[in-house]
Amino acid sequence: MFPVARQSVLRQARSHLRRSQPTVLPQFSAVARLLSTLALLEQREGKLNVSSLAAVTAGQKLGGSVTGFIAGSGVKAVAEEAAKVQGIEKVIYVENGAYDKGLPENFAPLLVENIKKGGFTHVLTGHSAFGKNLMPRVAALLDSQQISDITSIESEDTFVRPIYAGNAILTVQSSDSVKVITVRGTAFQPGEVTGGSAEVVEGVDPKVESPTEWISEDLAKSDRPDLGTATKVVSGGRGLKSKEEFDRIMLPLADALGAAVGASRAAVDSGYADNSLQVGQTGKNVAPQLYLCAGISGAIQHLAGMKDSKVIAAINKDAEAPIFQVADVGLVGDLFDKVPELTEKLKAQ
Amino acid sequence: MSGLRILVPIKRVIDYAVKPRVNRAQTAVETANVKHSMNPFDELSIEEAVRLRERKVPVEEIVAFSAGPPKAQDVLRTAMAMGADRGIHVVVEESEQLEPLGVAKLLQQVVGQEKSNLVILGKQSIDDDANQTGQVLAGLLNWPQATQASKVTIEGDSVTVTREVDGGVETLRAKLPLIITTDLRLNEPRYASLPNIMKAKKKPLAKKTLKDYEGDFSARLKTLKVTEPPPRKGGVKVDDVDGMIGKLKELGAL
Repeated sequence: MFPVARQSVLRQARSHLRRSQPTVLPQFSAVARLLSTLALLEQREGKLNVSSLAAVTAGQKLGGSVTGFIAGSGVKAVAEEAAKVQGIEKVIYVENGAYDKGLPENFAPLLVENIKKGGFTHVLTGHSAFGKNLMPRVAALLDSQQISDITSIESEDTFVRPIYAGNAILTVQSSDSVKVITVRGTAFQPGEVTGGSAEVVEGVDPKVESPTEWISEDLAKSDRPDLGTATKVVSGGRGLKSKEEFDRIMLPLADALGAAVGASRAAVDSGYADNSLQVGQTGKNVAPQLYLCAGISGAIQHLAGMKDSKVIAAINKDAEAPIFQVADVGLVGDLFDKVPELTEKLKAQ
Repeated sequence: MSGLRILVPIKRVIDYAVKPRVNRAQTAVETANVKHSMNPFDELSIEEAVRLRERKVPVEEIVAFSAGPPKAQDVLRTAMAMGADRGIHVVVEESEQLEPLGVAKLLQQVVGQEKSNLVILGKQSIDDDANQTGQVLAGLLNWPQATQASKVTIEGDSVTVTREVDGGVETLRAKLPLIITTDLRLNEPRYASLPNIMKAKKKPLAKKTLKDYEGDFSARLKTLKVTEPPPRKGGVKVDDVDGMIGKLKELGAL
């Protein structure tokens, strides 16, 4: 009974939207005219997370209008910053400190209220820890089958996503009336935050209480570029042998290149590097211009996270290591000699 | 709180070490004659449930659940050999494949029937890589959720969970009932010992079909095609560091 009522409310909201917002692009087909995307943006302590703008880039590829959404304390300023992003027509913001930590128990109802009010056909966000945690809950409330981690858009209902750790590429067509989607950041590069002039409006706030209490966080601090968005990544594996060696060998190389630091699961599990640096199926996906790795054999779970890199370079003492099958440039040798030599020669240039 | 009634949903997937191949018709990944095993994240879920009991947290029952082909009972037996008390197997034929939303709707009813107050799922299955079912179930039940857990502490009906997030960890607290999904670093799953494998054969395993549950579990997504990812072009091996720098410059990476 309830889902039926919800559907009709949605339909009403959507037809209302059609009446009140005549399209500015008459050459679009009827389908494109009805299409409207809500791109959920992320913020932390009043700062826009630029990588979350990948949802906007993906929204633009869908055609139709793109509306940004942001919630938290003091987010009006963030909304105004987001309003400058090219391609956003409107930014909806909800000022309320209850949403600062992105707890899905109150954030999902908030988002659903605003999706219904705006009659959106597509809801997109990044496949980040925040997006992964929140969006399936949103999809549940909308009775929609979410499409996770898309890498490409074929049409308004057809999407491409990797499955089996990137060993197969799936194209799916959705029959849901509201399409709930998370996008792979490295596949939809965020645009510049300049030149746009979106309207900034306040959203509705259902003020649902969260039964979950946020206690604390412990985030790794780093002056180096963010792993997910860096143009260069240097990555170390089990071959580094210890945390001391990892830091001694890999960090100077990262600094010489201005690169972010990554690691294989083996290195993370052995305590050589922090969990948040893990590249692979269960860690981060990266697609930098240069991925330079040392002491990584190249298990399929690791390749899943980095094989879309533009150029892959590998240093490994085992000439048979699978990493050499995907590396554009391979050097067989002892990383304890080769990496410091590489660092010195890069610095000298 | 009389005790925890833990439900652990598990999935039979192609073994993580096998390189999957796309079938010739480009409709799916080849699953015939390929080694299957329990989804690695689900092993962590069972392990955590068993460890809660070993830590003297009052655990009334651990029920393992799987919806899948007849062979999924193998992974349920494994779960019982690891310490689950009994199993529920919803036999799903190849033609009626479930999506995360369908599985969650099924689980919603199982939770009601079993009066579960804690559901521990893997954060994702390594075949469809969706990372949805736990969150969808939490949404359908309107229960709190703690995803990608790397540490779980239970005192009375208060549960503290440390979860892996981008850039580090965060800690949440919630009251039961609760949905938890497991991350790799939560624990190290045990191997089932031979005596336990033998004992598991005697543990109860209920067989059901989708018809035993109410609702529409049909798929919302239609697979148009499954393809191999574009292969990377074979690279070159260089002899020394200068060669590497030269080649990287030539490729425009430096």
